[in-house]
Amino acid sequence: MITAERKPLEEILAYIKPFKRILLLGCNECVTVCAAGGRKEVGVLASGLQMSRLKDGSSIDIREHTLERQCDPEYVEELVPMIDSADAVLSMACGCGVQQLAMRFRDKPVFPAVNTKFMGGSDRHGVWTERCQGCGDCLLGLTGGICPIAKCAKHLMNGPCGGSAGGVCEIGDDVDCAWHLIWERLKALGLTDQYMEIMPAKDWRPAGGGGPRKIIREDLAE
Amino acid sequence: MKEQFEPVIVAFCCHYCAYTAADMAGSQRLVYPPNVKIIRVPCSGKVDSIHILKAFEKGADGVYVAGCLDGDCHFKNGNDKASRKVAQMMRYLEEIGIEPERLEMVKMSAGMGERFARIATEMTEKIRKLGPSPIKAAAA
Repeated sequence: MITAERKPLEEILAYIKPFKRILLLGCNECVTVCAAGGRKEVGVLASGLQMSRLKDGSSIDIREHTLERQCDPEYVEELVPMIDSADAVLSMACGCGVQQLAMRFRDKPVFPAVNTKFMGGSDRHGVWTERCQGCGDCLLGLTGGICPIAKCAKHLMNGPCGGSAGGVCEIGDDVDCAWHLIWERLKALGLTDQYMEIMPAKDWRPAGGGGPRKIIREDLAE
Repeated sequence: MKEQFEPVIVAFCCHYCAYTAADMAGSQRLVYPPNVKIIRVPCSGKVDSIHILKAFEKGADGVYVAGCLDGDCHFKNGNDKASRKVAQMMRYLEEIGIEPERLEMVKMSAGMGERFARIATEMTEKIRKLGPSPIKAAAA
């Protein structure tokens, strides 16, 4: 999933300062799962914003709504009947959702209420860790299902650096060395031969180095 | 003016402990301030962030969540969850600009009528000293 965290209230308040009527939008997908921008978080933020204004002797008209998905035009279209009654839109979706709204409603200021973090998975309830950096050329088949790009700060392709000690990365005691994990996993799978193969220098163009990426499925695209 | 201030305090009380403790306080003829408005919940873990926030938004000067003693939750760990939620909401209140000490998590057993009355009194005194919530103060 795409993970996110709410921005500091102060920053959000600064965005919406000139506006009286706000449409506050959540998203039912990734940001709901990582408890950053679903229906519940929309309610909590709306209440926080309202209290911040009440405390200063004013008030704000906040309409709360949560879309099934903010990154798809079909769902964004649902907002047409309510968009005119808002001076500005505040989105709790990831950056994809915010941009979808900004593209659809060009005359409306759209502000993000969360910081989009990374593509990750849940380790346990309330804890999410980065798993994928969307490099566009998946290596997991060669690395025992452990990503050296997402889990190694240096994105090393051929084993650990000198900063790996006792399975831990030099950047912090709570960071496992990705290549240590890969080696242990390959050993357990009896696939250490894979480790011995030298990986060529990675082509970073599919990772975004070649400009904004796009997928076109000829069979689906109209 | 401040002498006349009577705080409104909302207490979310777990059915299995604090709510029964309130009953116990009544049976024991213990006096506690009428400022405390009790909302019975099936477990303190059932209290959501939005319940706490709405209480403040609608005019409460103080809020507390009363759950079972550590390890005694009827639903295993609802009281621990409530504690974490209250801690998170205290940080959020600070961001909003409301004194975090207006919110508290307390724990007690069903037999602690005296503790219930004492906490209700202490909370009322604490909030009385703090004065009206910034929201109420701005509206006045």
